Amino acid sequence: MEPPAPGRYSTSQYDSNTALMLIRSSNQVSRARILRRFPVPRSLGVPTGSRIERGRRWPAPRGARRIKTFEIYRFEPSSGNNPRLDTFEVDLDACGPMVLDALIWIKNNLDSTLTFRRSCREGVCGSCAMTIDGTNWLACTRFISETLPTASIYPLAGMRVIKDLVPDLTHVLAQYTMIEPWLKAGGAPPQIERLQSVEERKRLDGYYECILCFCCTSACPSHWWNGERFLGPAVLLQAWRWLADSRDEARGERLDRLEDPFRLYRCHTILNCTRTCPKGLNPGKAIAEIKKLMLERTL
Amino acid sequence: MAEIIEFPRPKSPHLQNYRPQLTSVLSFANRVSGIALALAAVGLVAWLAAGASGAAAYGAFDSFLSSIIGRILLLVSTLALFFHLCGGIRHIAWDAVLGFELRSIYASGWAVIAATLLLTAATWIAAYLIRG
Repeated sequence: MEPPAPGRYSTSQYDSNTALMLIRSSNQVSRARILRRFPVPRSLGVPTGSRIERGRRWPAPRGARRIKTFEIYRFEPSSGNNPRLDTFEVDLDACGPMVLDALIWIKNNLDSTLTFRRSCREGVCGSCAMTIDGTNWLACTRFISETLPTASIYPLAGMRVIKDLVPDLTHVLAQYTMIEPWLKAGGAPPQIERLQSVEERKRLDGYYECILCFCCTSACPSHWWNGERFLGPAVLLQAWRWLADSRDEARGERLDRLEDPFRLYRCHTILNCTRTCPKGLNPGKAIAEIKKLMLERTL
Repeated sequence: MAEIIEFPRPKSPHLQNYRPQLTSVLSFANRVSGIALALAAVGLVAWLAAGASGAAAYGAFDSFLSSIIGRILLLVSTLALFFHLCGGIRHIAWDAVLGFELRSIYASGWAVIAATLLLTAATWIAAYLIRG
């Protein structure tokens, strides 16, 4: 096989994938320059302990030629201080191409106390989910070249913060436990595997790939306001993944658990979830499927 | 109900930092237009009550509606009406699990905005042509 033409190869691979009005896939970054933030005060409804203060500036090492600025949320629980916003200057010539590379570079070269989760560095584990330039994505699959001139990095929106960019996922994981995300089938265990037809297996496509990074749940305004009781898109997508499984025999029981004004029906189809999913999945559609199933069983 | 334990942990900013997107902006606008319509419905009842209680009351109400403030309120009401109507049609499609591809979500969103502006403009042009 011949290699692709060099020009096409080099530009389309590394040019940022942007769109202005019609977003075709969730990895596209909006080019719109207006309304980067809702016109509300930064402290609107924010408890005093969560208010973000000005942090310090960490200049790039001497001799750095291509400097990129990152504003990063910092919180040190043992200090007793409020969160702060530090500014880091990164030497792009010494750093890899992704936002996660920049974070690792900062940890290695500027401030070793910068704390974040990461593992696979290739969009498989979901550990490095964070709010980058105001939208949720995995730091390992977002190019630095796709970020704003001064990139901003916060822990997942609306989550309690353990330290710096590490969110406390205890609550959302407890919500995940609530939908009992495992195969439920009664009777004696079968002698062979529980078989599915190709068609039945296809119904799980687009849902089984979820890596539980919680980008979608953290992007959902309904979960911001009612997260204590509304399960949120990530958990509801998982709920649908088991409802849609032909081998599962607990459909009625699962639907009974979801039939609640808050758990399921606080979803108002805002669809920030589908816009932000780093795996290109469709939590909004999964929730609509659950609502439809809920309606069908009353008919 | 069990007390919700407030950890001494800060919350990462959401509304204050999350980027407005067509998805969330149209959803918020749908809620705001619904509230506007509820208020407009009160105005509609007041207009009917004024009409029922005689020429003097109706005349006073009518001259208020013809004033600049009255016309602005009517314009906002028609915008809210058509926006909520078109948005409602979009939601009915979603309830049937239709139009969930990201491209469709954005296309239908812009279509709602375009239809709202067109229908509002058509209504006002018709109103001015009829009444002057």
